[in-house]
Amino acid sequence: MTDHVDVLPEASRHPFIDQLQKAFRNNKLTGVGAVIFVLIILVAIAAPLLAPHDPLQQHIIARLKGPSAEYWFGTDAYGRDILSRLLYGARVSLVISLTAIGLAMVIGSIIGIIAGYFGGMIDLALMQVMDVLLAFPALILGLIVVAMLGPSMENLIIAIALTAIPPFARTARAPTIAVKERDYIEACRALGFGHPRIIVRHIFPNVLSEVLVMGSLWLATAIRVEASLSFIGLGVKPPTASWGGMIREGFENILDNVWLSVCPSMAILLVVFSLNLLGDGLRDAIDPKTRSDS
Amino acid sequence: MLRFVVRRLIFAIPTLLAVMTMVFVLVRIVPGDPAQTILGDQASAEALQTMRERLGVDRPILEQYVEFMRGALVGDWGESMVTGKPVLTEIARVLPYTIELTVVSLIIGAVIGIPLGAWSALHRNEWIDYATRVGSLLGLSFPAFVSAILMLIVFSIQLRWLPVISGGNRATFGEWARSLALPALNLGLIMAAYITRVTRSSMLGSLGEDYIRTARAKGVPERVVIWRHGMRNALIPVVTVVGLYLGILIGNSVLTEIVFNRPGLGKLIVGALGQRDYTLLQGLMIIYTFVIVIVNLLTDLTYGLIDPRVKYQ
Repeated sequence: MTDHVDVLPEASRHPFIDQLQKAFRNNKLTGVGAVIFVLIILVAIAAPLLAPHDPLQQHIIARLKGPSAEYWFGTDAYGRDILSRLLYGARVSLVISLTAIGLAMVIGSIIGIIAGYFGGMIDLALMQVMDVLLAFPALILGLIVVAMLGPSMENLIIAIALTAIPPFARTARAPTIAVKERDYIEACRALGFGHPRIIVRHIFPNVLSEVLVMGSLWLATAIRVEASLSFIGLGVKPPTASWGGMIREGFENILDNVWLSVCPSMAILLVVFSLNLLGDGLRDAIDPKTRSDS
Repeated sequence: MLRFVVRRLIFAIPTLLAVMTMVFVLVRIVPGDPAQTILGDQASAEALQTMRERLGVDRPILEQYVEFMRGALVGDWGESMVTGKPVLTEIARVLPYTIELTVVSLIIGAVIGIPLGAWSALHRNEWIDYATRVGSLLGLSFPAFVSAILMLIVFSIQLRWLPVISGGNRATFGEWARSLALPALNLGLIMAAYITRVTRSSMLGSLGEDYIRTARAKGVPERVVIWRHGMRNALIPVVTVVGLYLGILIGNSVLTEIVFNRPGLGKLIVGALGQRDYTLLQGLMIIYTFVIVIVNLLTDLTYGLIDPRVKYQ
């Protein structure tokens, strides 16, 4: 990677842009995943406009109804419209996952870059803490943290971010170590640039693409973990609609009406699958070996 | 070999101590009072005080910590705060269920995933390869409880082939197999998705190596090239990754046990969380961490069985 930003304007384009183009050109499914995910985000944003009913409005007479013209996906045990709850549930799922992964990306990258850049005891100490966090299965750690702090949106975000920070720290650390000995970093030091400037302007761009690709894959995991915790009963408090919570309620009435659990199940599957298609294509594009192993 | 095992075990000690400290802290950051949770809102002040003394939560935190670490190391993990039985007994009672579930599902995952991944790699960029890649990506997109519920709907509710509640009935082999079938298939198919992907990429890597070209050039039959030269070298990353995915497997087993209402560590931990059973929670988390550390060690040892070049030092 060259550092002649002022001399060659076209070289200032980050290689991630090229990698993105390559990902979408080589593998059509990457684009399919991206389009589905963007559509789901738009639907979640427009939920108040699209929802045919109030997601919390109960109609006891119309409880556990199958699909009909008025209730496209039927109604739940309280007579609430499943379609409307699905649309609002998308917001809960996406806000929690996007915030948690955003936090994990920022904190994890900072930890990884600092550990890799400064090395020595700082590296050892930071990575030891990450290893301890990694020794817990992700769902178990999330379970304990949410159960201890109490189920709320903020605590779900904290729990999911906590499980996702160590992998991001590892991802950011490796390229940092690889580039910090390069000549141009040496040149920056010789020019008297401070650590913050070197890290932000010259190390960070090298870490960016891998962290972003990890982000799309971990977003899929975050949605799965959020749904799992809600299913166990540790999600946002009812009556707020969340996909995992809807499946929990549907599971309790599974012998009466399978729609209750099937609809939110399909919603979760669609989001996770679209993100995995996107992340998988992106990873193939940034990795010359085209591995696909996690 | 023995020295290697001992050294790895010694290296695991600081991690285990750190993890146990974290367990101790995690379990005590709760806002509530465990005595209150156990006895309920109506309990008198004296009853609460007696309960706190019995649980040991009235003592200074440092004393509790020392006691906890000492107990954990000598195998005295205390008694469950709810049932009063030793934590180890509670865990030992359900551990076999979780072990049989994970082992059988790993076998299902390997039996499906390894041949499918190899087949996909051998037909790279043909339709079978595309189908396998998309199929496995779809498979690992399933949250374990979603696939479990869908299986329950299809096989137990619609087709009525298998029991709705797989409550760990083990009177006869038939009963045992019927109660294990759906949970193990659920976990196994998700594992198969991961294993297929690793095997495929690993096989592609090893088929591109020089020794494969050499073997072909000297006229080794294609079958031998693929299985003895390609496959055997491709299996090392597969074993590592299966070890790495243990965390996912554990998380998925918790969800599977809940959906199929099957006894096991997962049901135990969710119950302990609900009842704020600190001692049981501590014990369960130590068990999970022990398992992860031991599996990592076994993973390292397995390299030597597959790849004779690996020397233990």
